[in-house]
Amino acid sequence: MSASDTEPRAARNPRPPVLRGQAPVVAAVALGGALGATGRYALSLAWPLQPGGFPWATFWTNVLGCAVIGAFMVIITEAWAAPRLLRPFFATGVLGGFTTFSTYAVDIQQLVDSGHPGTGLVYLAATLLTALTAVWLAAATTRRVLQRKDHGGGTEGERS
Amino acid sequence: MNWLLVVAGAMVGAPLRYLTDRAVRSRCESVFPWGTFAVNITGCLVLGLLTGAASPDVRLLLGTGLCGALTTYSTFSYETLRLAGTGAGLTAFGNVVGSVAAGLGAAFAGVWLAGALWG
Repeated sequence: MSASDTEPRAARNPRPPVLRGQAPVVAAVALGGALGATGRYALSLAWPLQPGGFPWATFWTNVLGCAVIGAFMVIITEAWAAPRLLRPFFATGVLGGFTTFSTYAVDIQQLVDSGHPGTGLVYLAATLLTALTAVWLAAATTRRVLQRKDHGGGTEGERS
Repeated sequence: MNWLLVVAGAMVGAPLRYLTDRAVRSRCESVFPWGTFAVNITGCLVLGLLTGAASPDVRLLLGTGLCGALTTYSTFSYETLRLAGTGAGLTAFGNVVGSVAAGLGAAFAGVWLAGALWG
């Protein structure tokens, strides 16, 4: 029960449906986002960006996050009825907070601006290709592993 | 202290991305992932502005924390692959080219704007 349920109807703000009942999901996304961003920040400290150099920390952050989302989405949409808040917490929160599009774009801008347009272009293309391949490969591999389990394990009727 | 700034920014940025996506989805029926597109481009513009002119603390809070969590590469890639997998290959291609072009444009515009305003 939310606080607004105890208020008289006339005193309530007319809230748009976008926000109604979203408090637990928003909290899960915020918590996951904080964890993911902390992981990204830790990687950026461990692997500092050299001026004019290839942004390896952000590159691997984005590729890793893409591989994990590919596997995770197959598991929760095709194999396992996950708890309601797991997807917002992990996919939207942790992975969304871990990976970043803004640092990707601004790092390219900085490379171009500092006279390294070649590195910028390689970084632009390499991140795109590796990230998209990572999602696809992780999803396909996970699907194959799950199918093999289904055939070998003999646990028919468990999938919802 | 630095970690707290990043966490605080992310705790705003990630829910903002989620709620923006919900708001966009409730208003537009398109299969194109406009919600993710919108947060990614906005984040690029703001991070560009910050990179051009902001103190290290503000950059950690609003840049690494807020913009980093507001924008996403995992959802962008996942949505692209899902579009391609459901026969909307052209839309998937449009999402990649559009997001990268608009994101870069926003980043350049942000840095330029910061220079023009505070340079």
